[in-house]
Amino acid sequence: MTDMKTPIAKVRGLGSAKDGTHHWLSHRVTAIANIPLVVFFVVSFVGNAGKGHAEWVAWLKQPVVSVLMILFIANMVYHMRLGLQVLIEDYVYDPGTKFASMIALTFSCVLIAALSIFSILRIAFGG
Amino acid sequence: MAKANRPLSPHLQVYRWGAHMAVSIIHRATGSALAFGAILLTWWLVAMATGHEYFSTVQDYAGSWIGRLVLFGITFSLMQHLASGIRHLFMDMGRLYDLKINTLSAKSTFVFSVVATIGIWYAAYKVMGVI
Repeated sequence: MTDMKTPIAKVRGLGSAKDGTHHWLSHRVTAIANIPLVVFFVVSFVGNAGKGHAEWVAWLKQPVVSVLMILFIANMVYHMRLGLQVLIEDYVYDPGTKFASMIALTFSCVLIAALSIFSILRIAFGG
Repeated sequence: MAKANRPLSPHLQVYRWGAHMAVSIIHRATGSALAFGAILLTWWLVAMATGHEYFSTVQDYAGSWIGRLVLFGITFSLMQHLASGIRHLFMDMGRLYDLKINTLSAKSTFVFSVVATIGIWYAAYKVMGVI
């Protein structure tokens, strides 16, 4: 096919990054995984409602609970990262602000995941 | 981004408001609310790992009337986002596009989220022995 791009367009190299499908599919896969994880999360929270520190720690220390909570945090944060990216793409018009928002979003998501998972592991391994 | 004063194509304001539009924008709004909820969940987990004293402080914040209001809103957001998310998954498979079932499924997500939210809070208060 003849390349219809102008020389300046070629130099700028803007356009599709060709990974939109991966973004879309990842969003759906994490959505499906979130269904059972949210059910586990809600049921656990209702079951432990009103409990004190010792009881919550004992709950989180159980290996199955620790692993499920880590899976929930990781999956949920990834899903959140993908969803909020679309909001920024749709509603933030200025390229500079958009770039800054994307970086802030990515850093925040990694920070949320790191803090949560570290806390879970610290409790699980009896810190 | 071109800022020229070009004529715009008809947008949202020309359409009659319907359940399918409400569920769509509320999916985004609840998603954003849940991002705030994720920050609160992180704070709560960090508090638990920090120790008994700080955890009690955070639990007191959560148990205050404003804390309960925020948590109630997050519960509703979670249930609504879950229901409309599942509706989206069916639409991704090419289902629920027929006009009647589309509107019905959109309305059902609200029925589900309201009932589920009240049910979750009722159960939680029951577990706490308040009611």
